[in-house]
Amino acid sequence: MKHIIWVLALVCLPALAVVEGHKYQFDNQRDQERFTHLAEELRCPKCQNQNLADSNAPVASDMRAKMYDLMVDGKSDQEIVDYMVDRYGDFVHYIPPMRSQTFLLWFGPLIVFVLGLLVLMWLKRSQKPVVQPLSAAEKAKLDELKKKAGS
Amino acid sequence: MKRLMLFIPLVVFFGMGVLFWVGLGQEDKSVLPSPLIGKPFPQFILNTVESGESLNHLPQEAVLVNVWATWCPTCKAEHEFLNALAQQGVKIVGINYKDDDFKARQWLKAYGNPYLFNIADPDGQLGLELGVYGAPETFLVDSQGIIRGKHVGDLNARVWEKLQPQFEALK
Repeated sequence: MKHIIWVLALVCLPALAVVEGHKYQFDNQRDQERFTHLAEELRCPKCQNQNLADSNAPVASDMRAKMYDLMVDGKSDQEIVDYMVDRYGDFVHYIPPMRSQTFLLWFGPLIVFVLGLLVLMWLKRSQKPVVQPLSAAEKAKLDELKKKAGS
Repeated sequence: MKRLMLFIPLVVFFGMGVLFWVGLGQEDKSVLPSPLIGKPFPQFILNTVESGESLNHLPQEAVLVNVWATWCPTCKAEHEFLNALAQQGVKIVGINYKDDDFKARQWLKAYGNPYLFNIADPDGQLGLELGVYGAPETFLVDSQGIIRGKHVGDLNARVWEKLQPQFEALK
């Protein structure tokens, strides 16, 4: 039982995590959460599979500092994301915009899914056995077999 | 119908082939396209590394703007090539990115100074405006101060072969 409590406590620990809390102080909980949320939604351009919250790269740290400044200036989340995208490109946001170049990114999986569905339907149809009604002789034989099985 | 279906694996194979061709053909996947191309060089008020005087504009001619630092090994690798370019008359402005002026001056004394002047960007604020994410990076800026191109990574003869025509066209 004691072990389970310890494990649970450990599992819950990451929920308390804040991004460099000592460095970026907010006077209310809401802004603190906004900051963490944004840092998780923006991608580090140097270490491409980490977000700004995770990354220790110097550029990520600069970008966090800039995010903080912009937030203190009263900029909205969208304005902060736009600011980063204007400088680092769509790449920096984990939610890319819908555009002609990003069409495949957004709809590629759906297209492949629909294609797969079509192929599946096609296969199903071409494999469908042609069912023909039993002839009188076959019916008689079936009845006989049933009777045998029954007795 | 059945016969046609036998071609599905072939079609899938070619589809994958095309995707791999495109994906693996990219020279360097970590290079991001810059959204700043075609936009004016960001405004700044910073000091020069050499004399410490305040500066707020680039020269009004086509220049290369090279982002470098003494902590960056690749910058050292490309420095010799920058010296050679400067000797050919290519105008290069340096941005000393997140670095120390004293160290930068020592570096320039030791390895030669290919730059017209160097802009000191100790906090990386100009770097952030320029979307810099790893030194060295080099921007092609025209006489109107519009960014026309960007190269991430070291400049060398092979890269310059591609950039030179574009740069000459800016003059």
